[in-house]
Amino acid sequence: MPDHETHDFDVVIIGAGGAGLRAAIETKERGLRTALVCKSLLGKAHTVMAEGGAAAAMGNVWPDDNWQVHFRDTMRGGKLLSNWRMAQLHAQESPERIYELERWGALFDRTSDGRILQRDFGGHRYARLAHVGDRTGLEMIRTLQQQAVALGVEVFMECKVLRLLKDADGRASTAVGYWRPSGDFVTFNAKAFVIATGGIGKSWLFTTNSWECTGDGDAIAAWAGADMLDMEFVQFHPTCMVWPMTARGILVTEGVRGDGGALRNAEGRRFMFDYIPPMFASETAATEEEADRWYDDHTNNRRPPDLLPRDEVARSINSEVKAGRGSPHGGVFLDIATRRSPEYIRRRLPSMYHQFKELAGLDITTDPMEVAPFQHYMMGGIWVEADTGATTVPGLFAAGEAAAGMHGANRLGGNSLSDLLVFGRRAGMAASDFAGGRLGTPTVEEAEVDQICKAALEPFGRDSGESPYNVHRDLQETMQQLVGLIRSETELVQALDALDKLDERMEKVSVTGTPAYNPGWNLATDLPAMLTVSRLVTRAAIERRESRGGQTRDDYPKPDPELGKVNLIQRLRPDGTYELEQVPLPPMPAELAALLEEEPK
Amino acid sequence: MSPDTTAGASPVNQDVSLQVPAQAHPETHPGLSPDGGPSVTLSIWRGDPEGGAFVEYQMPAIEGEVVLDVVHRVQAGPAPDLACRWNCKAGKCGSCSAEINGKPGLMCMTRMNQLPQGEPVVVAPLRTFPVIRDLVTDVSFNYTMARQLPPFAPGPAGPDGIYRMMQIDVERGQEFRKCIECFMCQDVCHVIRDHEENKTFYAGPRMFIRYMELESHPLDMNDRRELIRRRTGLSLCNITKCCTEVCPEGIHITDNAIIPLKERVVDASYDPVAWLGRKILRRTKRSAAEAAADAPAFSSPTREDR
Repeated sequence: MPDHETHDFDVVIIGAGGAGLRAAIETKERGLRTALVCKSLLGKAHTVMAEGGAAAAMGNVWPDDNWQVHFRDTMRGGKLLSNWRMAQLHAQESPERIYELERWGALFDRTSDGRILQRDFGGHRYARLAHVGDRTGLEMIRTLQQQAVALGVEVFMECKVLRLLKDADGRASTAVGYWRPSGDFVTFNAKAFVIATGGIGKSWLFTTNSWECTGDGDAIAAWAGADMLDMEFVQFHPTCMVWPMTARGILVTEGVRGDGGALRNAEGRRFMFDYIPPMFASETAATEEEADRWYDDHTNNRRPPDLLPRDEVARSINSEVKAGRGSPHGGVFLDIATRRSPEYIRRRLPSMYHQFKELAGLDITTDPMEVAPFQHYMMGGIWVEADTGATTVPGLFAAGEAAAGMHGANRLGGNSLSDLLVFGRRAGMAASDFAGGRLGTPTVEEAEVDQICKAALEPFGRDSGESPYNVHRDLQETMQQLVGLIRSETELVQALDALDKLDERMEKVSVTGTPAYNPGWNLATDLPAMLTVSRLVTRAAIERRESRGGQTRDDYPKPDPELGKVNLIQRLRPDGTYELEQVPLPPMPAELAALLEEEPK
Repeated sequence: MSPDTTAGASPVNQDVSLQVPAQAHPETHPGLSPDGGPSVTLSIWRGDPEGGAFVEYQMPAIEGEVVLDVVHRVQAGPAPDLACRWNCKAGKCGSCSAEINGKPGLMCMTRMNQLPQGEPVVVAPLRTFPVIRDLVTDVSFNYTMARQLPPFAPGPAGPDGIYRMMQIDVERGQEFRKCIECFMCQDVCHVIRDHEENKTFYAGPRMFIRYMELESHPLDMNDRRELIRRRTGLSLCNITKCCTEVCPEGIHITDNAIIPLKERVVDASYDPVAWLGRKILRRTKRSAAEAAADAPAFSSPTREDR
């Protein structure tokens, strides 16, 4: 029986990206004993990779902007499947959350009169993204990290959570995990938990996500019986590096297009003008001249089609490549060199300049970039109550990318960073309240803990199994090829079969060495989560027989109005399988619904 | 351990317990992989606090790769338990710092084709920090120093509740906030690289830019100059600029942070005119004692306390 250390807290937050840090700050400020548990070192979470900015209708650049317009843009960007209440709270509270970061020391870029500058992004009617050049995520995570440290939040770094156990009354009570440096097991008893583990990208071969994004939180919640929402909606970011192959999938910020960059095919044509969908026709420029005028005058011109929501741009790029009009390495061209001065590019997009220079030997001030869509973000995830982040498991809360609902079928760029702040704080508030009202010490059966620790160590006892890296690689290829940007029933069913086989292989992986800082073993313990999440994604993708947002079906190329009225929920059955049901969207108040109809000026 | 050798790679020297420098296996040919194509060889330090040695891994060469790509292929092939940190793989998180051919660098931003060809690339952990395993070191020293910093304390906002700052004023701090905490500046700083005993009180270049960032922050009200003088070991830095040279973000650590910080500290302590001015004029910043009380971990021993 493996030994383990035990810690007792009021609130344990799993994940130390933007949402986890913001939740921890909230619970700590409210006086609760707070632990922040994260797989990497503090400050390295994937939020650090966010580039363009945080969307908030502060109206600093365009005074006409307000929360109603932001709400409308978010709902339409999400193809009307977003939880209206989350979209409303997000639009209303984002500005205050950004100003709060400034009070904690963040240094955003400024307008000429000294306020926070805002930049244009896809799907947003006004320039709305508070930013710091193209390294906004770094600024956010550092600000939150420094604030959490100043408050004295206890941080458990390089510590992976394997499972979440419930007490006899079904309340989340104990997280079981291990320290990566030593491999020693550890349990956290707490009155409330917040899952803020971020994305699931590591199930795909090419992704903008880091090694941490293995869907741990989604899986932990699903295994604990939480409802999982809209798992089919995976975002493929339209502009990622395609070459060199080893840099394939590294993000190229939407800020390139927000700051004037244009997408072109091999013939030099700005092909996005050929792909304007009816839903956005009235707010999208019809000619290149109008599109170019828009950068200086948003009032009398419409947005360039290059700045359509990400799902539209990703599909269009895919179509161009399929039609044989792609770039040499299988993408399209993103050109800012001919459209802006080298000084402007280096000032506004320093990381992009650096990234292409270092990794591709390409100067973006003189040459076009090559870009293509790759896995980037998970709209689906753990179902949460809009105001509180409460899941369907008592005592379990979720925020950030791991939680679902806010972004519907497709997320607008910039909405994620403000989502982290708004709902990280709200989950922290609600977890504090829950912990404050929970009596007694959370307890679970020690035998359950032992079983989890033993199962985690099993790969060391197998001599002849295959490497977890092989299983992971095949999972990534399966998801890349069969559950990608464009899907079909045949391929999705094929993927389910492949996942079954991978499950069997996962049960037999073997690892060498000791548990102390052993990446092979760490990967072996990440695989169960990745496989569970991949299956939930695939199942939901089969069930939604239409094309909408992040779900594009070759065999059902059009949106189905009936499916536009439902979300898909999956939950664990006692036999270990997952039931899947369609649930009607929550009814929207008339005054909010009216905002969606309003045509842009 | 028994490395899996089936993944198209040849671990030239599999024994990590060796205490002697690794040598190329006589039967392998530098520059060629087992299948006859071009190859690369990494000589990676493997070991733990008890000791270790360099182990060579010869892998097929792939165009455009960075050092971290090859390390990942070594993990996926001959050495699944090879420990290294990484996250973003795009030079933005500062996790994969190592000493590459003797020089600190981010493995994710060091391209193989920019290193000397035809010879092994030597990859070692950062030397200044204690080894945990292989390329992973215990960098908790940096987090301890961060906890000792009296945090940002803004003054009152404008009448509309909003702070106003000019771009030119925020740019000074923005340079320092580009820091990705790769800790390579700490690694090369000889004050701690060669003197373990200084780690109890020396904050190091990473923290000096943080102090300077707050010093130059248009809104901050904490006066940390006395604390910097007494408790960060700033005077031990003799501006050799090693930190500036290795900064992957190109932050001018010495010129824009350490030297101005030294000047401010000296002004605060020894300039009689400044001293008199502070006595006569209204005080606008919070004192060192007030600022120190804000830091949650300002209790660890310092040189002056001992």
